[in-house]
Amino acid sequence: MTGRKILMNFEVTPDSHTLEAYLRRDGYQTIAKVLREMKPGDVTKEIVAAGIQGRGGAAFPAGRKWQVVDPYDGQPHYLIANADEGEPGTFKDRWVLEHTPHTLLESMLVAAYALGSRNTFVYIRGEFDQPYRRLAAAVEEAYKAGYFGENILGSGFSCDIYVFRGAGAYVCGEASSLLSSVEGSRGYPRNRPPRLTVKGLFQCPTVVNNVETLSNLAWIIRHGAEEYRKVGTAKSPGTRLISISGHINRPGTYEVEMGYPWARFLHEDCGGVLHGRKLKALIPGGISSQVLTAQDAKVLTADDAESMTLDHESFWDVGSSLGSGGMIAIAEGTCMVRLLQVMLRFYHHESCGQCTPCREGMGWAHRVIDRIVAGQGRPEDIDRLVHISKFNDGTTICGLGDAAGYATVAFIKHFRDEFEYFIEHKRSKNDGRLECLPEVANA
Amino acid sequence: MKHLIPEFEELKKRLPPGLNSILVLPCLRRIQDDRGYIADEDVAGLVDYLGVPRIQIEEVLSFYTMLRRKPIGRWHLQVCRNVSCSMRGAERLIDHLAGRLGVKPGETTADGRFTLSTVECLGSCGTAPVVMVNERYHELQDAQSLDALIEGLKQS
Repeated sequence: MTGRKILMNFEVTPDSHTLEAYLRRDGYQTIAKVLREMKPGDVTKEIVAAGIQGRGGAAFPAGRKWQVVDPYDGQPHYLIANADEGEPGTFKDRWVLEHTPHTLLESMLVAAYALGSRNTFVYIRGEFDQPYRRLAAAVEEAYKAGYFGENILGSGFSCDIYVFRGAGAYVCGEASSLLSSVEGSRGYPRNRPPRLTVKGLFQCPTVVNNVETLSNLAWIIRHGAEEYRKVGTAKSPGTRLISISGHINRPGTYEVEMGYPWARFLHEDCGGVLHGRKLKALIPGGISSQVLTAQDAKVLTADDAESMTLDHESFWDVGSSLGSGGMIAIAEGTCMVRLLQVMLRFYHHESCGQCTPCREGMGWAHRVIDRIVAGQGRPEDIDRLVHISKFNDGTTICGLGDAAGYATVAFIKHFRDEFEYFIEHKRSKNDGRLECLPEVANA
Repeated sequence: MKHLIPEFEELKKRLPPGLNSILVLPCLRRIQDDRGYIADEDVAGLVDYLGVPRIQIEEVLSFYTMLRRKPIGRWHLQVCRNVSCSMRGAERLIDHLAGRLGVKPGETTADGRFTLSTVECLGSCGTAPVVMVNERYHELQDAQSLDALIEGLKQS
């Protein structure tokens, strides 16, 4: 078990996503209480006190984002749940959408009330099929039961929700490009300032929160900030949905209490590395977070005395981050050069093309790594990749190019010998394999 | 697209009034579901209906990977080849499918039945490798399960 639960506190059954099942779990009682007893400012105050950090990757305190919005300033305010889950390795929000979409909807009502939003959106990635169907069905159920629409539960508060489907652009997971996409344009990110909480969707104050962040709110308001603070660590309160994949025996989505021993999570809860291999490296929070070697991540064995704990501060301390919670375990014998090739191809494909350093830089880096893998690498190529990465850093509107750069630099820093070997010998030090196959006994 | 306008009007009921451009992507997706791709007359119809500039719709069409201007095969096989899927054998699956169907990624079989594509992360890394067939995810795939899937699709 991975500590106390906030979201996964019920048994998943074939009907646990329905309104009926959610009502059996005391669903929609929090919003009833909020509408009856609380003022919008009280809700925001509670969320600030809870100190919940955004779960989309940047870990910015959600309450502080909200405080910028004045619900009484007379303009429309928009609330958007970011369900454009596209960071490779991340599939945690999907769990919420598939198994308890009403938790998200109720939490969004709470947030919409606090922010004075008449119209709210869920921006769900275009490819998601089952999560979309489940969410859309939940929205219809909630409308029918009177939880959305005019004069909700007789309180005078009205709120509409629209499930907006993307169309296959990774960059739209970035909040400002998500807004461009909702406005019916290309998903181009925008420069800040002004912040989106000042001028967002159609130039009105807009709050964009991750699905997991929002889904925690109903629990926080129901039990109070003080109870919430008792879960997790002082700096990282609450729990985290971690989706783990790659060379691991039990991939999937886990809810982990912040501060849980990290080596135990990997080796016991997730069943350890495939085929009893050793862990070579770990991508802790989506491929845009920096890769860690098993030594740095201190997870060589299940009971490593020095083991880190699963929370934001521990991962910041070792120069990476929990990011979007999308972990990828990489076993011994995996070719890191080819893995970086897959990643750079992705960034090249997903660069939106608005800023020159990223548009040109991603293509350039992709061509360089392709050349190395084709056996035509030149000794200066390693430093060239680092140069492109560093040049990109901070010269673009959004963080896509920066993230690709940090990922590249981390790969080269930890596994430079593999890149040198590939260039010198025109082949991989590890057979060029990405898969982790069972050992074949030598005859 | 004209026959879809009543549906679009229905969508407006839950959207902030007067902000028609929100409907650009939803309408394009619905039209594509209906026709299989987005034709010139759809673009012209949407310009008239939403009152947005034609260039805006053209820009959107060239930006989002899921939107198409040309028809494709009846069954669209999209194999994820990002990090987690590659680590679980997606590269072999792409070769297998290409061999079996006799097309390269991005091509359609001569009988117009299958289009093979590669895509980046579908958000199904825990059940990798994943292949998306039209709208539906098929998770934890291997060569045998894909062969069975293709046989099934051929019958239908």
